[in-house]
Amino acid sequence: MNKNTIPVGPFHPLLEEAEYFNLVVDGETVVDIDIDIGWMHRGHEFISEQKTFTQSIYLVERICGICSTSHPLACVHAIEDVDNTEIPLRARYIRTLIGELERIHSHLLWLGLAGHFIGYDTLWMWSWKYREPVLQMFELISGNRNHYNMLRVGGVSRDVDPEKIPGLTDVLDMLDKKLIMIAKAANDDPVLRSRLKGVGVLTHKDALDYCAVGPTSRASGVPADVRKSEDIDAYSLVDFDVIVLENGDVYDKLIVRVLEMLESTKICRQCLEKLKKVKGPILNNVKNISAGEGIGRYEAPRGEVFHYVRTDGTNRPIRHKVRAPSYVNIPTYAASCVGLPIADVLITTASVDPCYCCTERSLKVVNKNKQPYQIDLLKLSREKTERIRRETYGG
Amino acid sequence: MNIEYVFFLLIFPGLLFTGILGLTVGWVDRKVSARFQFRVGPPFLQNFNDFFKLLGKETIIVKEGVHSLFIAAPFIAFAVIVLISTMIGVALFFNKGFGGDLFVIMYLLMVYSVMIILGGSSTGNVYSSIGAAREMKLLLADELAFIFVCMVPVVKADYQLSLEQILNWQSIEGAFIGSVSGVIAFIVGILCIQAKMTLPPFHIPEAETELVEGPFMEYSGPPLAFWKLNHFMLYVVLPFLLVLLFLGGFNLHGLGILWAVLKYFLIVVVMIIIKNTNPRIRIDTALNFFWKYAALLGFIALILAVLGV
Repeated sequence: MNKNTIPVGPFHPLLEEAEYFNLVVDGETVVDIDIDIGWMHRGHEFISEQKTFTQSIYLVERICGICSTSHPLACVHAIEDVDNTEIPLRARYIRTLIGELERIHSHLLWLGLAGHFIGYDTLWMWSWKYREPVLQMFELISGNRNHYNMLRVGGVSRDVDPEKIPGLTDVLDMLDKKLIMIAKAANDDPVLRSRLKGVGVLTHKDALDYCAVGPTSRASGVPADVRKSEDIDAYSLVDFDVIVLENGDVYDKLIVRVLEMLESTKICRQCLEKLKKVKGPILNNVKNISAGEGIGRYEAPRGEVFHYVRTDGTNRPIRHKVRAPSYVNIPTYAASCVGLPIADVLITTASVDPCYCCTERSLKVVNKNKQPYQIDLLKLSREKTERIRRETYGG
Repeated sequence: MNIEYVFFLLIFPGLLFTGILGLTVGWVDRKVSARFQFRVGPPFLQNFNDFFKLLGKETIIVKEGVHSLFIAAPFIAFAVIVLISTMIGVALFFNKGFGGDLFVIMYLLMVYSVMIILGGSSTGNVYSSIGAAREMKLLLADELAFIFVCMVPVVKADYQLSLEQILNWQSIEGAFIGSVSGVIAFIVGILCIQAKMTLPPFHIPEAETELVEGPFMEYSGPPLAFWKLNHFMLYVVLPFLLVLLFLGGFNLHGLGILWAVLKYFLIVVVMIIIKNTNPRIRIDTALNFFWKYAALLGFIALILAVLGV
């Protein structure tokens, strides 16, 4: 049989990021998938070790543009874990509120993109329309639409104005209605169902074997959720359910996300209710961090994000390690994509909501004499371009 | 050679009329789709600007592949579309024959799809070749149902194949949409032209997020401009064909003009609504749908037409 290779990436209109899969196809069926990450050069961990703790929180906020509060949340959890810092109750509610609002906007963004990937541009535009009020809520709370700069070691930087709470609750009510509408539309549309049902199944065993996290695992019947299993922020004080479905196909991943958004509005409403009553400080002033190490976990919209910080008593981390949820979710393609037609493979890859800019880390190679840094990378890249040019055009 | 025929072919209802109306209706489609999705949409002249801008761009030819076929395909397809539009238009507006009957139109529509397949597979690009393969499967899928749909008016018009005879029959006996078989065939026909135009949910060969425009991926400059123009001209040709076959053609006297516009836009609007409310389906689902359901419905319509219902 004639086997072709279809490169998806490094630049492909499927995602706006630099991803690269080689699909080995036999006709239209994908018989093997080769996942190749490493097309983005970041260096956040390295830079973070040059910064103070407060600065590195701002820095890790820039790891991801979509789940931009999950990374700093995990980071402050890690730094607070070194000394077991107490967080004021009001700050815990504000952190939970911000985290859950972010989950809503991230899931709506994914829903839109998923619509776009299966050629359903109306769904795309509609869900992004309903994402807009969430961003406006963020602007009301923090002054920013996307990078909120809300977190500090020991609390949060801005308080939620009690006068704004009724307006925020109204937006949540509106969102509830629209989310239920979207869920019903997804459930009733026979074309959408036939397109997504039974496609890209990640079995319960595979989800466990590949250590899948977040909605990817919860759609396969693995109830992995850091919000329930760990005592973080105010999650133990609010009432919510972890959505777990059994089939593991793309359709279940969609439904898990839609239902999670409804749970998130529930949590947000409870937090706003509490913020009316709970008074007190929002920031526990932390003077210094002692030597030691700490881990921080948070349930980002895509799954568990993990930060590790080692300190030596100075005001900066000596090691900062980030593990993003996509890092464990992307390898599940090997289990869920093989044997499907191309059209299904691409929506399956998108269904784990991969975030390559979260996942990718620049590799630092240390020579004995010198550390290759920006200049050397530039030189290497120029040499390679020159070589390719010679090979292609001769001379 | 009759000068009248040159006029038919080049100006009205051929090249110029179909081209301008196609680009305009293409704008209507883009604008209405944009309003569906809470967007603003492009300005009126956008499609014209796109076309003329592309004409001035460089044509990049891929090293591998068959160059002559690659360049010829869009222009042959263009010629085919102009010919179909002239044949349908002359029958609709002047109630005359232009040297071809319904079979010729069905054949030429297939040639258009074949040109997409040839153009796409002559590049040596893996996305293009998969797109061409999908176009081939889609053609096989919708063709059977389309043949049944085209046969229904032929049977109802007492087995006459020429377009003007079908129109004359309808002007005496009433439009074929008034019968059960006509309604069924019309509905199946709309689905078929949706697939022939590769509009959603049948934009399987182009599939932007999978195959990066599929067969058209390597095209640039004037050949791409002509592919785009061909696509927009189909917005005129295929609805006109349905109007001719089922809705009794156009009566261009007095209020008839309003009716004519309404008939045409009824079909276009239905196409736009289908386009905006459906995701892209898989090629096997499309094959399944057309052979199992659409072709069956078309066949039932044909049987009913034979029985005179």
